[in-house]
Amino acid sequence: MELVDPTITNLIIFVLAIYVGFHVVWNVTPALHTPLMAVTNAISAIVIVGAMLAAALTETPLGKTMGVLAVALAAVNVFGGFLVTRRMLEMFKKKEPRKAAGDHA
Amino acid sequence: MSMNLVVLLYLIASVCFIQALKGLSHPTTSRLGNLFGMVGMAIAALTTVGLIYKLAGQSATTGMLYVIGGVAVGGTLGAVMAKRVEMTKMPELVAFMHSMIGLAAVFIAVATVAEPWALGLVNRGQPIPIGNRIELFIGAFVGAITFSGSVIAFGKLSGKYKFRLFQGAPVQFKGQHMLNLVLAIAMFGFGIAFVVTQDWTPFWAMLAIAFVLGVLIIIPIGGADMPVVVSMLNSYSGWAAAGIGFSLNNSMLIIAGSLVGSSGAILSYIMCKAMNRSFFNVILGGFGQEGGAAAGTAEQRSVKSGSADDVAFMLSNADSVIIVPGYGLAVARAQHAVKEMAHKLQAKGIQVRYAIHPVAGRMPGHMNVLLAEAEVPYDQVVEMEDINSDFGQTDVVMVLGANDVVNPAALVKGTPIYGMPILDAYKARTIIVNKRSMAAGYAGLDNELFYMDKTMMVFGDAKKVVEDIVKAIE
Repeated sequence: MELVDPTITNLIIFVLAIYVGFHVVWNVTPALHTPLMAVTNAISAIVIVGAMLAAALTETPLGKTMGVLAVALAAVNVFGGFLVTRRMLEMFKKKEPRKAAGDHA
Repeated sequence: MSMNLVVLLYLIASVCFIQALKGLSHPTTSRLGNLFGMVGMAIAALTTVGLIYKLAGQSATTGMLYVIGGVAVGGTLGAVMAKRVEMTKMPELVAFMHSMIGLAAVFIAVATVAEPWALGLVNRGQPIPIGNRIELFIGAFVGAITFSGSVIAFGKLSGKYKFRLFQGAPVQFKGQHMLNLVLAIAMFGFGIAFVVTQDWTPFWAMLAIAFVLGVLIIIPIGGADMPVVVSMLNSYSGWAAAGIGFSLNNSMLIIAGSLVGSSGAILSYIMCKAMNRSFFNVILGGFGQEGGAAAGTAEQRSVKSGSADDVAFMLSNADSVIIVPGYGLAVARAQHAVKEMAHKLQAKGIQVRYAIHPVAGRMPGHMNVLLAEAEVPYDQVVEMEDINSDFGQTDVVMVLGANDVVNPAALVKGTPIYGMPILDAYKARTIIVNKRSMAAGYAGLDNELFYMDKTMMVFGDAKKVVEDIVKAIE
């Protein structure tokens, strides 16, 4: 049997992932749109996977330099993105007990 | 570690990322969602470490030192920024992070072209398959545009740099769109040359043009359209990640990148709709340059202005109050003072709510985060669609540093903002507007709301004014 080109398989994954993203993101409450952007920043830092391979496995100075720089840049987003999202979401949490108290007052 | 196991672990990480976004559907589930995201990222990174050891064997440890060095430097920087950043500066941080992803994508693409065998694309010495070359080209140019565009957006958002391109006012010149078109064609030309030859020269040329294009795309867009720009760059950064995923044949990168890409696209759409403008209209830019001219004519009409004491009196005698926060509130960092004021009023049994327009602030959801920072309970913060019908029965509406989003001109045919959904503040029994001056908003329009008989203007810095009101309420 003829083999399917990996690009086609990738394309299938791509299209389905867009569908999933579309449906999941429409359900995000508008109040959390800023945390959404911060967390998507962290998630797109998944390129760190490619950067790690490049940093660890390349041998030429060009490949090595590019790889290490890419790891550092992506790491800024991995840590910065998730931590700032957590910080913001904590702010949305604090109100829970007070909200309940306010309703009964 | 077998290759199948690696890919399966990557699949688990991808599902975690979907859960992270899903969690954001409600504030109560959002923290768990964020945890899912972190777990997913940890699984992805650790799996990649395993993969590195599998591929490199003995020499992997030296390679890992480079990785750890990069993570330590970048991670520390990121963690410190996340801890220190003020909530008013979130749009700048987000723009900065978009630029990081863009540049990282470019660097990975360069490393891949330099040594495709190191990333498992081909055996040593073999050329990159045509398909992957196309994907590398796409990943690299999208990354480059994301990087330079985000740098400009960052400058425009922070507004403290003298450099002309970093200022909020759009930069426009004759033949701009033609220049962009020519550059884009040239970029694709070099890209195709790279795909055919796998040569460095067209690759660098293509990258250089992409960097310039990123700058040119963002400079004609005015400061008020920043929510769209930030969302759009968010989307680009996702597509750049997906492009890298395609070039490395890594399905996890494709999934994560597509999630981010579609998220940014949806946010751009929501922002455009909230301004009643088409996406292309925003991208082609030029909104807001007439701001200075319109402000001049506004000075001559008379408005009723009052003091903080007057406002305190009116608020204390109201039964229901709606606060409309805008970007001016963020600039003045008045959110804590506003919260205190609301608290005092609520103690008197007055109903206080906050009405949020989708484009209030400089990025989607910016106002919600600022109010959350000031510990305003999120059930008092109401989105435009849910609160608009209540303005008619509201005693006092207090507009703090917002302008265009409450401008009734949006209801009048022929005005530049006609058709834009607004908060119906003009329907309230009394309206209090706090602004620093009578200058027009970003749309450069006069606001009829300010001249209505039932409107009282309070001039001054939002924080100072609100603090005075708090004192006067006592």
